[in-house]
Amino acid sequence: MDNQIIFTIDGKECRAAAGTYIVEAARQNGVFIPTLCNMPGITPKGACRICTVRINGRLMTSCTTPVIAGMEIENNSPEIRELRKSIIELLFVSGNHFCPACEKSGDCELQALAYLFQMMVPRFPYQFPVKEIDASAPLIVKDQNRCILCKRCIRTIKDEQGRSYFAFESRGNKLEVVLDKEMAKTMIAETAELAMKNCPVGSILVKEKGFYQPIGTRKFDQQPIGSEISTH
Amino acid sequence: MEQNITQIIRRYGNDKARLLDMLIDLQEELGFIGTQAVELLADTLHMSHADINQTLSFYHFFSTEPRGKFTIYLNDSVVAHMFGRETIRKALEKEVGVSFGQVTADGLIGLFSTACIGMSDQEPAAIINNKVFTKLTPYRVKELVRHIRDGRPIEELATESYGDGKNPHPLLQSLVSSNIRRKGMVLSDEYDYGSVLSTKLPKMTPEKLIAEVKHSHIRGRGGAGFPTGFKWEFCRRAKGEKHYVICNADEGEPGTFKDRIILTEKPELVFEGMAIAGYAIGGDEGILYLRYEYRYMREYLEDVLQKMRKRHLLGKNIAGIEGFDFDIRIQFGAGAYVCGEESALIESMEGKRGEPRDKPPFPVERGYLNQPTIVNNVETFATIVRIVENGGEWFTQFGTEDSTGTKILSISGDCLFPGIYEVNWGFTIADMLDMVGAYEVQAVQVGGPSGTLIGPDEFYRTLGYSDLSTGGSIIIFGRQRNLLKDVVLNFMNFFIDESCGSCSTCRIMPLMMRDKLVKLLDGNGVAQDLDELQQWGTVLLASRCGLGQTAGNPVISSLKNFRYLYEELLQKDVEFDQGFDLQAAVQESCDYVGRVPVFSHH
Repeated sequence: MDNQIIFTIDGKECRAAAGTYIVEAARQNGVFIPTLCNMPGITPKGACRICTVRINGRLMTSCTTPVIAGMEIENNSPEIRELRKSIIELLFVSGNHFCPACEKSGDCELQALAYLFQMMVPRFPYQFPVKEIDASAPLIVKDQNRCILCKRCIRTIKDEQGRSYFAFESRGNKLEVVLDKEMAKTMIAETAELAMKNCPVGSILVKEKGFYQPIGTRKFDQQPIGSEISTH
Repeated sequence: MEQNITQIIRRYGNDKARLLDMLIDLQEELGFIGTQAVELLADTLHMSHADINQTLSFYHFFSTEPRGKFTIYLNDSVVAHMFGRETIRKALEKEVGVSFGQVTADGLIGLFSTACIGMSDQEPAAIINNKVFTKLTPYRVKELVRHIRDGRPIEELATESYGDGKNPHPLLQSLVSSNIRRKGMVLSDEYDYGSVLSTKLPKMTPEKLIAEVKHSHIRGRGGAGFPTGFKWEFCRRAKGEKHYVICNADEGEPGTFKDRIILTEKPELVFEGMAIAGYAIGGDEGILYLRYEYRYMREYLEDVLQKMRKRHLLGKNIAGIEGFDFDIRIQFGAGAYVCGEESALIESMEGKRGEPRDKPPFPVERGYLNQPTIVNNVETFATIVRIVENGGEWFTQFGTEDSTGTKILSISGDCLFPGIYEVNWGFTIADMLDMVGAYEVQAVQVGGPSGTLIGPDEFYRTLGYSDLSTGGSIIIFGRQRNLLKDVVLNFMNFFIDESCGSCSTCRIMPLMMRDKLVKLLDGNGVAQDLDELQQWGTVLLASRCGLGQTAGNPVISSLKNFRYLYEELLQKDVEFDQGFDLQAAVQESCDYVGRVPVFSHH
């Protein structure tokens, strides 16, 4: 194969086309690197930091870093696993995530990762922040309690003029993703469903579609997240 | 109103990359940015309302509601607190009659807090309608408020004489003092402005120029310390339609104010340095990104640029070099510490929220408007002029082997002579304290909140990239200070306020660490809390930018060097933290039913 370079992940020799992002290159080699803010096909943002790996002593996000020849990537070390688990716990305690009552349970990537990393009780104190639920749009409910600010909706849900339906508001720990009230009025069902699908958690819900697929039959009810990638 | 708004948008060519400028003008000319402005912006720029609001809601100095005909921003930095900020706050609230965050019913005066405004050598200080008032006292507050109520315009609120140096300049008329207490090559008065541009560059190729800069081993003066010559070389080699030179004058690290002095006293040197960089990288345009706190310098700096254009030091065919076209414009920020990070600064210049970019690619390849861009600190540009004038070899005789040249320090806190000191790298902390008249010192914060807090047993250490690195902020704390309560807590709150919020780690973790610190300060801590603080801090290292990676430093570095202060706070003979007080939690219901549960079941 032309253009293929050799690199290693936890000592395992891997091959991929030069310039491929590490997370994708790993997938091609049967190595699962957990992600939340990343989506194949869109410009990566490196927001959730879950996919952090160690390269040459430095922590890098594998969704934004292209592989180069000879790169030695540390992915499954105790340190990295602990870091990822910490981040998952941070996301849980900084919002209000009640899995048993959530419409996305079983399809939620955050929940699936928490299971994968065997999160029991988060080491951080729950913040129980007071957050809004915006149900003013005709088709969509935007629940700030469950938002993990991954920007997937901001980056993918746009109208034909390229304007974003969703945008950040404020900064720091007050940061929220809001739905543009004007544009929401004319949003079509197809776009609304795509927004719900692209949301890794249960922050964007299409009204009356929350339980369309019965709980127990959903994606991560069948097998743990990453199973389709991991070869061992 | 509608006409004003449309006019402002048109002023910037209806270009959405200039959204920040439009918002600044709207805020200044209308006093706030309301729904109508957002709608007109959205329609003209073909963006959603939420998208406009995304930029608008990010910056501290923008507001969707009026903030008063006179808006008072009182500095909230640690040094301000050390010099009586609380007293000034109370005096303001009493005289004005509203709390901070509010505006008087007649809309005359609004009171707001703001992060370090770069006046640590003359605190407490406040910005009122872009004019800086320093060394405030309760009497002065009373007088200021009375004069405002009497209807005096902002220009007539001053009762003191102008500051030293260039501050009395007709276009500055500033009450701020420069307080230069030690001069070196950069602050020296011996340089003849423009001589490098007009006599050296015509005899030098850009390659030779970059070689000189590399030979000098100068590293970035903003704090990160990247070798300047390499940055320029990478940028020169990068392909693009245009190349940009950006001067980072967003000095927001609490305790830093040296760029304020360089831009007040030596702006010609900075602009000349930018033009030299333009020649080196094949740059077309220079942009000075100036923090909004220094808005008062605007006309003065514009005038300096105009004079340089008249002398053909900017413009077309500079110094008679065919094809060397370069000019500089000033871009203001709007209140965001994170914009001092070079890629966040570039995002901000493009009219977006100041969110750092993922790297690679670095700005030298894809920076402003996706074109090759160098971003250098104010001090770096000023220093470059002297390097090109005297040669790279000459420069290496100053400082140490790995940290060549001089460094301009902003020194504040508990010392007799706060101000600006230009020293050779390699200076020890002990010498520095003797230099500024600091006695009975408990601790020194080197490099601002994102740097290191050290105690007397480490005062032998030296300033330099391989030991104590600093962008210039030095804050001294005397014996009387409560380091954890007054310093570390203030710094943690600063990082919480200033996070852009993009990375999960930096958005949430500083909050967790702050809450734990408060728990300790409240006397509820156990030994395990200290271990947890240390562990939790490491998670921040996975953040995208320097702000996030260092946001835990106030706790981490004080825990390392002043562990005994933490240990003193721990509960005696309590090993395990139950997490909450059961007795207090059921107190209300016990009172109601008139019974008390037995807690000691076995």
